Amino acid sequence: MDVVAAIEDDLFAYALMLGDSALVLGHRLSEWSGFGPTLEEDIALSNMALDLLGQARLCLDYAGKVEGRGRDEDALAFMRDDTDYRNLLICEQPRGDFAVTMVRQLFYAGFMQPCFTSLMASRDSTLAAIAAKAEKEMAYHLRHAGEWVIRLGDGTAESHVRTQRALDEMAIYVAEFFSVSAVERRLVDAGIAADPLSLRRPFEDSITPILKEATLVVPSFAQGQHGGKEGRHGEHLSRLLGEMQVLHRAHPGATW
Amino acid sequence: MSEATTPLYEVFIRPKAGLSHKHVGSLHACDDDMALHMARDVYTRRAEGVSIWVVRSDLIAASDPVDKDMLFEPTASKIYRHPTFYDVPDDVGHM
Repeated sequence: MDVVAAIEDDLFAYALMLGDSALVLGHRLSEWSGFGPTLEEDIALSNMALDLLGQARLCLDYAGKVEGRGRDEDALAFMRDDTDYRNLLICEQPRGDFAVTMVRQLFYAGFMQPCFTSLMASRDSTLAAIAAKAEKEMAYHLRHAGEWVIRLGDGTAESHVRTQRALDEMAIYVAEFFSVSAVERRLVDAGIAADPLSLRRPFEDSITPILKEATLVVPSFAQGQHGGKEGRHGEHLSRLLGEMQVLHRAHPGATW
Repeated sequence: MSEATTPLYEVFIRPKAGLSHKHVGSLHACDDDMALHMARDVYTRRAEGVSIWVVRSDLIAASDPVDKDMLFEPTASKIYRHPTFYDVPDDVGHM
């Protein structure tokens, strides 16, 4: 295999990682549509879901073009099985209560904002352009989730307990953010991917003050679950995909 | 929605630079910062604005509808106050 083809295989896998995380988390957020705690937050959650869906479309469309086998964004989103998905494990966890949803969003945005900032300098101009758009969206998600976590953590006795529990439940999926897959290692060396190791510091710098202001105990992120980037997922993803893909699989190519 | 923990806010949006903020609606939020977030999410989804003001509804001093006749009726007969006797140049823009 020549060098260019090898890079393209990696680039395809990397675009899937970015796109799948956005798609799966966007789907989780969309589960709140019509069930948000207030009308205002219902719309806010749907807005964030749509931001992520937009990012997913851009990444999967690009992945399909890089792969060059005629798969478009729909084929990649709806016709792959769970073991072909490359999303971070945190994205597929059930939406839980509002505290879980907000803590997860805080973690994800706290990681993806510096990730996209780094990707804006990527040697791959398409990834750099996607990152420039997505960075602003993640900055807002970080702000929005952060404001809620502060108010939930430093709110009532019950909201504090539930937010601390959510924090401890979601913390075990953070270590995966900073694990470096073989694909990422090669693309970092090629100046294309963001180096996960370089993102730990900005992640902690942005979320630690928020958790402290929220009077929450900052959990350890040293150890946790891995495998999403390599396609090892839990059963939650299978169920999510079952719901997300059923319509397209029953009616391939259906349009509005 | 609990009025005590999430009071009502009025939302004003500036559609673009040079125009005034206009009242667009209201929402409930737990404080000023969250009210701005919610206003962004509820009222600017279709690129309606470049600036947002929010103000707690209970901080607005409002005229009493009972006083409507006293306050506004006398102006109905004073059409000479309307600047309809001038040709406004196009360059003046929003008046």
